[in-house]
Amino acid sequence: MDKRNLLGFAFLTVVSVFLIFSALLMHPFGDPTEEDMDQYIIDNTVDETGANNGVTAVVFDYRGFDTIGEATVLFTAVAGVVLVFRRLKK
Amino acid sequence: MKGMSIIVRTIANISFPFILIYGLYVIAHGHLTPGGGFQGGAVVASGLVLMLIAYNAEWVSKRIKESHLSIFESIGALGFIILAFLGIVFGGVFFTNFLVGTDFIFGMIPMNGAANINTGGTLPLMNFAVGLKVIAGLFAIVFVMAHFISKTEEDAA
Repeated sequence: MDKRNLLGFAFLTVVSVFLIFSALLMHPFGDPTEEDMDQYIIDNTVDETGANNGVTAVVFDYRGFDTIGEATVLFTAVAGVVLVFRRLKK
Repeated sequence: MKGMSIIVRTIANISFPFILIYGLYVIAHGHLTPGGGFQGGAVVASGLVLMLIAYNAEWVSKRIKESHLSIFESIGALGFIILAFLGIVFGGVFFTNFLVGTDFIFGMIPMNGAANINTGGTLPLMNFAVGLKVIAGLFAIVFVMAHFISKTEEDAA
């Protein structure tokens, strides 16, 4: 085993130890410590936004600012790709 | 890039309208069923990419111009941001859902907790804006790359 493989093996060991420990220490699914926000959204989504799809209500209404960032990421990606490939297209 | 065989073209012609309808359905029912602007836009864009692969970049570029895609994407992004700023004008807060309960378009109150196609306030409008943006954006990426490949193959030949 040469030096490069040894380095890779050590890196893999460290990463897997971290992953296994974090998986063991993970919070149980469906049991949040603070559930006020979840319960508020579940109770009031239909009355406040008129939508049955709670995810859309959160994405476009309660947390709309986050979606602007997401749209900006897509816009930047498209602008970059079009810029790079259009220049060589001539 | 020559495009693919007559079998692939026939199947693409048959399945293309159904993919479009399914994607537009996911966008239009974004506030009712799972999905929304991003997901439905990705479905429609993949249907367009199917036609791009079945035929070729020249065939598509006779029908759709890349500059038109850029215009559509900008319209979607601007519509989304303008709707968000209208929330400040009418509701006082960024991203206020100012259309709910006004009986204007998409502003009906849900009956007995069941939303309908005409409820949701600004959510369906934002879904349409983001859907337009994602359709144009994702298709523009693949289209420009395919055009680039066909140009380099022409130069090499």
